[in-house]
Amino acid sequence: MFYREAGDFKTSYAEDNQTFPIKFDRYRYYVVLVLAFAVVPFIINDYWVNAVFLPFLIYSIAAIGLNILVGYCGQVSLGSGGFMAVGAYACYKLMTSFPDVNIAIHVMLAGAITAAVGVLFGLPSLRIKGFYLAVATLAAQFFLVWLFNRVPWFYNYSASGQISAPERTVFGIPVTGAETAPWAAYLFCLVFAVASALIARNLTRGMIGRKWMAIRDMDIAAEIIGVNPLKAKLSAFAVSSFFIGIAGALFFAIYLGAIEVGEAFGINKSFLLLFMVIIGGLGSIFGSFAGAAFLVLLPVLLKNLLVVGLEWPTDLATHLEFIIVGGLIILFLVAEPHGLAQLWRVAKEKLRLWPFPH
Amino acid sequence: MPDQLIFGMEVFLNGLMAGVLYALVALGFVLIFKASGIFNFAQGVMALFAALTLVGIMEGEVPFSHLINAVFGTDVHNFGWTVPALLAILLTMAVMVLLAWLVNKLIFRHLVNQEPIILFMATIGLAYFLEGFGDMMWGSNIKKMDVGLPQGINDWIDAATFDIFGYGFFIDNLDIVATVVAALLVVALIIFAQYTKQGRAMRAVADDHQAALSVGISLSFIWVMVWSLAGFVALVAGIMWGTKSGVQFSLSLIALKALPVLMLGGFTSIPGAIVGGLIIGVGEKLFEFTIGPMVGGATENWFAYVLALIFLVFRPQGLFGEKIIERV
Amino acid sequence: MKLKLITAAVAVLMAAGPAMADLTFSILSYRTGPYAPNGIPLADGQADYFTLINERDGGINGEKINVVECETGYNTEKGVECYEATKGEGVLVYNPYSTGMAYQLIPKVTADGIPLHTLGYGRTSAKNGKVFSNVFNYPANYWDGASHAVSHILDVNGGDISGKTIALVYHNSAYGKEPIRTLEELAKKHGYNLTLLPVDHPGQEQKSQWLQIRREKPDYVLMWGWGVMNQVAIQEAANIRFPMENFIGIWWSASENDVQPAGDASDGYKALALHNVGDDYPLYEDLQKYVVDAGKAAGAGDQLGTVLYNRGLYTAMLSVEAARTAQKIHGTNAITPAMMRDGMEALEMTEAKMAGLGLPGFGPEFKVSCENHGGNGFGAVSQWDANAGKWSLITDYVQSDQDIIGPLILEDSAAYAAEAGITQGCN
Repeated sequence: MFYREAGDFKTSYAEDNQTFPIKFDRYRYYVVLVLAFAVVPFIINDYWVNAVFLPFLIYSIAAIGLNILVGYCGQVSLGSGGFMAVGAYACYKLMTSFPDVNIAIHVMLAGAITAAVGVLFGLPSLRIKGFYLAVATLAAQFFLVWLFNRVPWFYNYSASGQISAPERTVFGIPVTGAETAPWAAYLFCLVFAVASALIARNLTRGMIGRKWMAIRDMDIAAEIIGVNPLKAKLSAFAVSSFFIGIAGALFFAIYLGAIEVGEAFGINKSFLLLFMVIIGGLGSIFGSFAGAAFLVLLPVLLKNLLVVGLEWPTDLATHLEFIIVGGLIILFLVAEPHGLAQLWRVAKEKLRLWPFPH
Repeated sequence: MPDQLIFGMEVFLNGLMAGVLYALVALGFVLIFKASGIFNFAQGVMALFAALTLVGIMEGEVPFSHLINAVFGTDVHNFGWTVPALLAILLTMAVMVLLAWLVNKLIFRHLVNQEPIILFMATIGLAYFLEGFGDMMWGSNIKKMDVGLPQGINDWIDAATFDIFGYGFFIDNLDIVATVVAALLVVALIIFAQYTKQGRAMRAVADDHQAALSVGISLSFIWVMVWSLAGFVALVAGIMWGTKSGVQFSLSLIALKALPVLMLGGFTSIPGAIVGGLIIGVGEKLFEFTIGPMVGGATENWFAYVLALIFLVFRPQGLFGEKIIERV
Repeated sequence: MKLKLITAAVAVLMAAGPAMADLTFSILSYRTGPYAPNGIPLADGQADYFTLINERDGGINGEKINVVECETGYNTEKGVECYEATKGEGVLVYNPYSTGMAYQLIPKVTADGIPLHTLGYGRTSAKNGKVFSNVFNYPANYWDGASHAVSHILDVNGGDISGKTIALVYHNSAYGKEPIRTLEELAKKHGYNLTLLPVDHPGQEQKSQWLQIRREKPDYVLMWGWGVMNQVAIQEAANIRFPMENFIGIWWSASENDVQPAGDASDGYKALALHNVGDDYPLYEDLQKYVVDAGKAAGAGDQLGTVLYNRGLYTAMLSVEAARTAQKIHGTNAITPAMMRDGMEALEMTEAKMAGLGLPGFGPEFKVSCENHGGNGFGAVSQWDANAGKWSLITDYVQSDQDIIGPLILEDSAAYAAEAGITQGCN
């Protein structure tokens, strides 16, 4: 009824090949974009931006990156925290070395640098598979964090070892530093998030994405039908790290403004990103957003409900929060093992038939 | 002998001992992975939970006292008794068996035949849950673990090595105890797996779930048993590490020390966990001793992983892992 | 059902508007997570002091104190959420008790005009108020701490430590690396050798470091540790039979939590102190009467008199005194965060003032000014008595080596000012 594929006729290849070929999807997508770009910036304040929207958008970008690697190419990685750190430190070094260049360019360059590092640490994937690879990528995680902590050049020899983002502007409007207006920071991240999602969606629909999926489903079979595993796996690592690097740069420059590598990009971050990807749904761009939303919003929501709403002691509320998040993860998996994205697919199925299920 | 060599020997011995402690944690992972293909992310939190429960029972603390006090406005903290260590260990084991039963009943029975990554995810949910639950149950303060294990330098070894090398080696008594316990544990596990009915059933399940089911082995029973065994290993690891640092939240992080051991030894091999542990322990300690000072130290965390990575490039299934046979 | 919950939560979010009538103080606590054992007494101490002021005096000069507590779990991201959630309520001063969060908040509070007090942690060079207008770190900072430790070693050795070896065991993070520069400068001055031994986070495995200490036999070991690292280090020191009276920790390695797991073996361990220890003060009688017996104690009410509880108490006391100063300067009782900032900048703690509060000799005397947001750098050394199960101060409050630290602070704050584009000056 609501979600219709029938009657949606296409008369040209261009129409048939567009990003969202189904009308309903397309309109939904436009509505979300209009809401995100034209409505949200006017109604948000500091709290909503810093506690909800910025972490959600930034984690979404990182989750898209990780999903390309884990969900599309089947290479489980636990090095994402380390790669985010590469993005953040690359951005910091670029920002302080070339203060006159636009910050948006720095963020993209930081992504490119992270992609190079990602390829380097992706090399073992040619021989190591499955959980062994996951644990092997932890080597990247620990080594990178140690390196950034160890070499003073990375933090410009500051006495504290922390890096903090100086003020930078886009079109004369500050987007980093303390004077940033909430909407500016939000829009800056939103542009990157939307662009990442679009790029990722189109990459995964195209030849390269199909190669990744072939490798994921069975790498030997893929090799026999002519997919070069070296290129496919390393390109997945590169693209994935590129997005994760951008996320790391934004995380540092826009969201937190000052970080210390061990605290901000420790092993917990790697796990958190993997949780997002799995809860959201492997191999789904929408799932990356859903997973990030689940793990960013749920704790904030629970906290506000329990502490502000019901006036529980803060420590009990936090313990309960852990219990509820853990319980929900299990509940979701038992109900729907393929993540939130699958729930959405099921919902679409229902919408298509509703209200006449037969 | 030159001093550096003697010091190197001391570092080597201590590396072996540290390796045993890592292996103790890794064993729990191996047991569950072997029998059910689940990579149990919650193993570290289980060690914390077991240690918390043990101390809580020994001290006679009222579980959930903070919650009870907050809800009912009472002021209860302590039952006012203490339980001897051995009895407390048995009671804790009962709790861990109950936990194993619940985990299977509520989670993994519903996830039979799912992909490994989904099962892994479920254990992450379990880890979150236990983290909050354990803290709520026993409180977040640091507790002293005192089950009567000796600690401190072993004087006999100190004196004996002093006579030979002119420099007394430092070996921690606790490490010696841990080594003995680990050896007993491995021997017991191997005997159990080889010579008892349940042990054979466990191996049958590990080989092929469906075939095991078809000859009348109860899958649920085996899984509860394996999770209980893993709970027991977690308790032992919790006692050893808890004696070193006190029982506190950070205890759950010992899982990170076990991961390189698992990579190296293979996820499916009990001897692999021990040998892997020893190699990682010695490797990271010797690297810190020789190369560490040149690069500024604190290398142990990443070097363990890099060492395992180098091994894996040559043997992708780990040292003792089952050979990976790939068919299209 | 789920939808209902969400709407309820959103409604709650929206409803959490400002309530500006009272003087609002915040407690950014971490009663959960890996550092909860330290976070609980810190939060309890602050909360209990505020309760006492409300119950006994009816507030600060008649203005009731309103306390908002927010749980951060020692997680920077949750800390940001807490800051944004509470700043709208007119919070007068923030004490995040986490160096990471402090760095985070420095630019934010400056832009929002709210003062930030980092008592014995945070950015050391914030002492220079010409650069960090809204950040205060009195009464002492990490570089002072490094100097205090060296002065204590000098005292014990009759003023000459040339040729001695001091090892620094530190948490391999920005926090742990803080004292290195100062210790290196002091080494040049006093002629001791410095050995650096980093311990990686979280610090459960320190065998390599302590084997090295056992081999090289440094005369003194200093420690900059946090969390589980402290307990393991003290245990390992006991294991190798390092003389505990030559083992000195920073004030974050100085609580009952850190020494108790090692039992009797930790007897004689020394740690730096920013304030006095124990509960032998007139104020504690009032605490017992108005807070504990009235059933209004925070948490489980079992932390009174511990070192970190006292630190929480001390923080709250300094905040309340700064608020009083602000009330006097601006001639109004309902002060704003900007007035609070002025109050903090004019704060002067004297022995007479502390005695009047029922806390004689509780902290060092100091005076804050625009040029000096960090107090006068006084600190003491405390020692753990395992048999009695308590800490005691074994020295007077002594001043750190200002000749060494002063230039370092100017250098670092100037670098920050250049990077962040701040023009230095007092307004």
